[in-house]
Amino acid sequence: MRRVKDKMIHGLFFLNGIFVVAILLGIFSLLVFTAFPAFKEINILDFLTGSIWNPDAYLEPSYGIVPMLVSTFMVTLGALVVAIPIGIGAAAYLSDVASPRVREVTKPIIEILAGIPSVVIGFLGIVLVGPFIAKVFGLSNGLNAINGSILLAVMALPTIISMSEDALTSVPSNYEQASLALGATKWQTVIKVKIPAALSGIIAACMLGMGRAVGETMTVLMATGCAPAMPKGFLDSVRTMTSTIAIELGEVAYNSTHYYALFAVGLVLFIITFIINMTSDIILHKYEKVHR
Amino acid sequence: MKKNYVSQFIGFTFLRFCVFIVIGILLIILWDVFSKGACAISWEFLTKAPTNGMTKGGIFPAIVGTFFVTVITAALSIPLGMGCAIFLNEYAKDTKITRLIRMSIRNLSGVPSIVYGLFGVVLFVQILNLSTSMLAAGMTLGLMTLPWTITASEEALKSIPNSYREGSLALGATKWQAIRTNVLPYSIPGMLTGVILGLSRAAGETAPILFTGAAFFLPFLPKSLSDQFMALPYHLYIMATQHHDIEGVRPLAYGTALVLITFVFGMNIFSVVLRYQLRKIKKE
Repeated sequence: MRRVKDKMIHGLFFLNGIFVVAILLGIFSLLVFTAFPAFKEINILDFLTGSIWNPDAYLEPSYGIVPMLVSTFMVTLGALVVAIPIGIGAAAYLSDVASPRVREVTKPIIEILAGIPSVVIGFLGIVLVGPFIAKVFGLSNGLNAINGSILLAVMALPTIISMSEDALTSVPSNYEQASLALGATKWQTVIKVKIPAALSGIIAACMLGMGRAVGETMTVLMATGCAPAMPKGFLDSVRTMTSTIAIELGEVAYNSTHYYALFAVGLVLFIITFIINMTSDIILHKYEKVHR
Repeated sequence: MKKNYVSQFIGFTFLRFCVFIVIGILLIILWDVFSKGACAISWEFLTKAPTNGMTKGGIFPAIVGTFFVTVITAALSIPLGMGCAIFLNEYAKDTKITRLIRMSIRNLSGVPSIVYGLFGVVLFVQILNLSTSMLAAGMTLGLMTLPWTITASEEALKSIPNSYREGSLALGATKWQAIRTNVLPYSIPGMLTGVILGLSRAAGETAPILFTGAAFFLPFLPKSLSDQFMALPYHLYIMATQHHDIEGVRPLAYGTALVLITFVFGMNIFSVVLRYQLRKIKKE
């Protein structure tokens, strides 16, 4: 009797584990099934290569996602250009230069930064970063791709810092000792030994930060101006995939072509972040194996 | 030789500068929100509903809404997350299925929050016919926090030494008895700390609740789980971008941001205090 009960409990926990897989499959399949009807009316090639997104046009609505792909790519690239050097620098400082006391104080600070809700950061993009950018570049308003990039960098920084720091601290200490014993300075050891040794972990960290930036909604929705046209430069207003969904889903009727098309955008977004996360995962695992 | 140390000095200064930037960003955020939000905070602001087209009054319905949605999120996420963590750490062997589960968890934690929102609209609002409601929004957030809950719970379970389990098993207990009496009581504090941290992030999320239940403005409090609700993050979004008198309501928006940040940090501090208290009880 006791055995049977124990087996049943085991089975329950197993089902609980399988449930997680079911959620991931559920998200993917519901996105596919809801996006699918859109392609009865929209040519899938036009959807993927069209450069005009105007679903409300009276005569011929057009559903081209290239402008939002470009927008998403721009703000993400901008965010990484800002966040990667600062993130790796801060991680190297924390793992190799800082005294234990400084580390104890700084780590919670980075966690607090990670805990600030995205909507608050978006709000500060409007009231702080926007006016600053407008002043520097002489624009009428500062809601553009640069603003989004800066905010996304702030959001990606905690991920990049804490994961890179983990990668740096898990480099075996004999690497460092060998380098120092050969007469290298601490700085040379950090740059030429530790960072190269931890490189796959650091790259995985940056990919994960990139995944966060691509999928972030509220900050870009609030701070980039969200003009649906094709952006020409970093000082232009952009509208990413996430903000398009956020703006338009509230206004469309359930089960219209436009509604399905927004799910198709969501599916594209899901696939892009999935690929980024999987790549990061694979890099990280290879790296773990090398160090064992 | 001297050149080497000059370059080391320059290099370390750069690294230090990077950390200063990060700390500076946080200080700017906190200083701006606290200094400009503090003057909006009053007893009335915290306990009254918005009035005059949301240009006056308080944010009480939004505070209540965020609180209850977080409770629903916890009710879904904690049992499922802990169960999955128990399976992974106590029962699972290194099989293909286990690896598939772990891979799914890592991927779920990278799914963008707006995609969870889309999923919630189709599954909860349309298929399960819950309409846009507190329940639908809470469950959407619950699914979103699940990977964090699992990871945090598993960390806590990992920190329990194997001898605890073996001692119980050697006395003839079944696996579940060993887990229930010798593993869970000691890992609960660690689990809760991590779980509450995840919940605090869910409380600040806006994208998943945009279409699953958050309301622009409600003059009354939600009465049941199937009502729409006002939420702090969504309210801040509206006050910052959608209001007809955006400049005029700036102080109210700052006040909302301050309350939201305090809410989130309050949960973090609560989790730390809780862990401390539970540890003390255990020692006695």
